[in-house]
Amino acid sequence: MVAYEPVIGLEVHAELLTESKMFCTCAVVDSTSAEPNTVVCPVCLAMPGVLPVINRKAVEFGLMVGLALNCEIPAFNQFARKSYFYPDLPKGYQISQYEYPLAINGWLEIDLPDGSTKRIGIRRAHLEEDTGKLTHVDGHSLVDLNRAGVPLLEIVSEADIRSAEEAEAYARKLRAILQYLGVNSGDMSKGVLRMEPNISVRPVGSDDLRTRTEIKNLNSIRSLARASAYEIERQIALYEAGESVQQATMGWDEARQVTVTQRVKESSEDYRYFPEPDLPVLELDRAWIEAVRAGLPELPDAKRDRLMAEHGLSRYDASVLVAQRAVADYYEQALAAGGDPKQVANYLIGDVFRQMNLEGRERDDIGAILLTPQALAELVTLVRQGAINHGVAKQLIETLYAEGGSPARLVEQRGLAQVSDESVIGEAVATVLDEHPDEVARYLAGEEKLIKFLMGMVMRALKGKGDAQVVQRQLAAQLEARRK
Amino acid sequence: MKIDRATVEHIAELAKLDLTDDEIALYAGQLSDILDAVGQLEQLDTGAIPPTASVLPLRNVFRPDRAQPSLPRDAALANAADSAEGQFRVDAVLDDAGEG
Repeated sequence: MVAYEPVIGLEVHAELLTESKMFCTCAVVDSTSAEPNTVVCPVCLAMPGVLPVINRKAVEFGLMVGLALNCEIPAFNQFARKSYFYPDLPKGYQISQYEYPLAINGWLEIDLPDGSTKRIGIRRAHLEEDTGKLTHVDGHSLVDLNRAGVPLLEIVSEADIRSAEEAEAYARKLRAILQYLGVNSGDMSKGVLRMEPNISVRPVGSDDLRTRTEIKNLNSIRSLARASAYEIERQIALYEAGESVQQATMGWDEARQVTVTQRVKESSEDYRYFPEPDLPVLELDRAWIEAVRAGLPELPDAKRDRLMAEHGLSRYDASVLVAQRAVADYYEQALAAGGDPKQVANYLIGDVFRQMNLEGRERDDIGAILLTPQALAELVTLVRQGAINHGVAKQLIETLYAEGGSPARLVEQRGLAQVSDESVIGEAVATVLDEHPDEVARYLAGEEKLIKFLMGMVMRALKGKGDAQVVQRQLAAQLEARRK
Repeated sequence: MKIDRATVEHIAELAKLDLTDDEIALYAGQLSDILDAVGQLEQLDTGAIPPTASVLPLRNVFRPDRAQPSLPRDAALANAADSAEGQFRVDAVLDDAGEG
């Protein structure tokens, strides 16, 4: 059987978090919740005689992304008309960029599962306007133009991606960068960030570019990964059966977890691009570009490297903490509140994320949990000071996650303070050893793993509050004392 | 340059125009004439003339990112051929041809 490799490129559309639209002064609102057609004006409604004017902030946001993605910013920039007739844009064209995009030839570094890294090329990033939204109801379509004209940055990768996992890693890294820059919330479920992979497969070692399909309707990065994996397998199965892949736009059916053909492309699109006559060209001032570059915030890779260098975190832990800006912010707030960097990282990645997973809460949403970063820092400090043990800390995280509140007060109210008193622990150890003569004998005969069982029994006797080190020492000493 | 029927049909499709056979023949001739007229420009020697991206003497025209009040919805929908639920209502368009 032939081995196949996928060839994947990703086209990403990111709405920019400006106050007003790309070419008019209408406010940018949450188009999933705003009343339809309440932020529209003659410009975005395409009434006769209007003139678009470029939103400077949108260009600046685009520059930030381009520079963060290591792109060149060409001296000359121009908008173009992309002509097509569809009610989602009443002008009959979309103002976009074609021959002269804002940013070109960049790259993004992704982390691979084997610990290595790989650069994925960024072909271009260009500015355009978003389209309105259509709802189809009984023989008609309803058109809401609130979203029409919202600034949109299209970011196109090179076809450097070779697996669904790499596509996922690229998507996560790109989303994190957009969040760190503060230009996009990263919320794919609201459609403000849309990712469309185009996929083909070919025999390993071959250079040909085969027919590709494009997948739309992906409302999460998880869906992107699953849909890509599914589509790769579907295409391989077709070739293996002696069939061919048809060029098409596929949709991802979330319920059935399959890709389905939405539209077969019989001919290439004919958008008849030409320079936008209503907008003067851009010749961006180098001083402005350098000022934007100098003002870029710390980006995920740099933050990861700093967390590793300053706090001795593992690359894995640091990568997990920087993957979402909200998580990185939470972590750094906990450190600012005096939490030990490694301990905070351990409890956050282990126990807090576990609670969030159980609740089905996205990591982006960590800012809203009841367990505050300050409380987590306090908890970690209580463990370090020996006021509570690790097991109690884990229990407390569950409680604080569900109810909020202060760790110190909970420890006091519930009597969870760590028991370190040698005589109390010594007594508990002696009792447990008396009650388990068989296990003691087997341990003394060489079955050393039984110490864990005995340790558990002592901890239970101490209601989980024992100082683990003291318990361990006492247990070892008393067991040795029973050796005849 | 000669424009054939197939090209006229393709352009008509892109422009969402429904043309009769007579019209296709008529426009094929007219479009050919127009292209020939414009094509005369190709005879000029433009080697020494820099490319012109825009005839406007303007560069870098921006506006600040400040939102202003939009139109009242009634006014926005006032000239719509049809509307419902605060939205423009059009004939069903199910082919998802829209682009992002």
